[in-house]
Amino acid sequence: MQTFDLAAHGLRALNSTLHALRGSTNETAWEIINPKGSHAIAVGVDAPIDITVRGSTGYYCAGMNKHATIRVKGSAGPGVAENMMSGTVIIDGDASQYAGATGRGGLLVIKGNASSRCGISMKGINIVVHGNIGHMSAFMAQSGNLVVLGDAGDALGDSLYEAGMFVRGKVKSLGTDCIEKEMRPEHLALLANLLKQGEADHLAKPADFKRYGSARKLYTFNIDNASSY
Amino acid sequence: MCGIVGLFLKDPSLEPHLGAMLTDMLITMTDRGPDSAGIAIYGRPHKGHAKLTVQSATPDKDFETLAADLGKAIAATVKGVVKDTHMVLDVPSDRLDAARHAMRELRPNAKVMSAGEGIEIYKEVGLPRDVAARFDIAQMSGTHGIGHTRMATESAVTTMGAHPFSTGPDQCLVHNGSLSNHNSVRRTLKRAGMTFETENDTEVAAAFISHKLDTGSELGEAMEATLTDLDGFFTFVVGTKNGFGVVRDPIACKPAVMAETDQYVAFGSEYRALVNLPGILDARVWEPEPATVYFWER
Repeated sequence: MQTFDLAAHGLRALNSTLHALRGSTNETAWEIINPKGSHAIAVGVDAPIDITVRGSTGYYCAGMNKHATIRVKGSAGPGVAENMMSGTVIIDGDASQYAGATGRGGLLVIKGNASSRCGISMKGINIVVHGNIGHMSAFMAQSGNLVVLGDAGDALGDSLYEAGMFVRGKVKSLGTDCIEKEMRPEHLALLANLLKQGEADHLAKPADFKRYGSARKLYTFNIDNASSY
Repeated sequence: MCGIVGLFLKDPSLEPHLGAMLTDMLITMTDRGPDSAGIAIYGRPHKGHAKLTVQSATPDKDFETLAADLGKAIAATVKGVVKDTHMVLDVPSDRLDAARHAMRELRPNAKVMSAGEGIEIYKEVGLPRDVAARFDIAQMSGTHGIGHTRMATESAVTTMGAHPFSTGPDQCLVHNGSLSNHNSVRRTLKRAGMTFETENDTEVAAAFISHKLDTGSELGEAMEATLTDLDGFFTFVVGTKNGFGVVRDPIACKPAVMAETDQYVAFGSEYRALVNLPGILDARVWEPEPATVYFWER
């Protein structure tokens, strides 16, 4: 286990140390202490390593992550795992706004609540939130899946493309062109897998969820509207 | 951007450290706004006394005989303490309005920063570390306080454009965001008799709440009304003689984190601002919900 004291050595030293670990490395287990809400912790990691952050983080923790497993033993500020490519990010506490925004792949797990704009413009990432999510979540989400064990705020999935959404609790309101959809066996199987990966299979059963998706009336070209374009 | 910090103490044993705690919190938020900084500190009121905090660009000239001149003008004993460009004048509480009025004649170039039984506001152009040092904020005690570091958008970088804004006795407000209907709200408030010192949007929000409080609203109601009547982006933190409140607009893109323990309620634009507070690791830490009013009163 490599331990990095962020208060002692600073952010640049941390991220350049982590960026140096390309491809295979023997230094696979890392612990970051004294994060104190600092920004951009472990951004741009591109190696199959395991990083544990001992405390809460500020903006953009684990952004652009590729291959790494990053655990935050606290809460995360805005933009956690933004544009993640692959790997896994697990937040033990809450996440602030736009968690997992524009994520291309990998898995983001938030064990507390996520606030507004969770999964905005997601493009392939899977996000599992054990608590609630705030308003405008999955706005313009393109692909990937958002699983919420708690409630969702206003305008869920507004202007949605082809991302899937599964919510167990109440949805305050659906956004434009977002509708509830039939839950078929393949969706239950997908959800069961996501709950397992998201360390939530002991907390919820797939059958307790409702599925939401795009009505496909907004983003598809409609010849009758040609004069409006 | 802009950075906000706030602290409402429940445990009196922390009161001697209020200034030091707020200063540390505000310095941490420096990179959210380099233009100007300000702090409102609420001290324990002394019966029969009120404080007028004034600012001058030429303090040597304006402050030398100000306490005596003001005392003569309002026929009362006035004591004053000069801190850099600011002076805190101790006047009888029943003469506070008269003192404020007399200032306009006596020192037309000086500006009133705050007036009330508990509040003192210090603000200047510059970084939090420098502004706090000029006024020795770290040595101040008090029951609650609010700090702000500004990245200017809606009006010029001047002392008067710095936050907190105070538009009523013992009231102040700081803001992260920008308002889009401040001109029309200002016109409405002017017709209702409110006066303005600047073209700043935040001053309008402060005056909006002051006007509500003047016309019978409670703090919570006044803050609730910002959600319907003010258009734009805002996270507001509001101080009154006994209270401390937080409200965010429904979009809530301006960040906010709160923490509460048995000893205090704290606000920060980011969690970073709170990390040195006592017991923070065991505090209840949460993000205030959009369009939801939070306030504490003693």
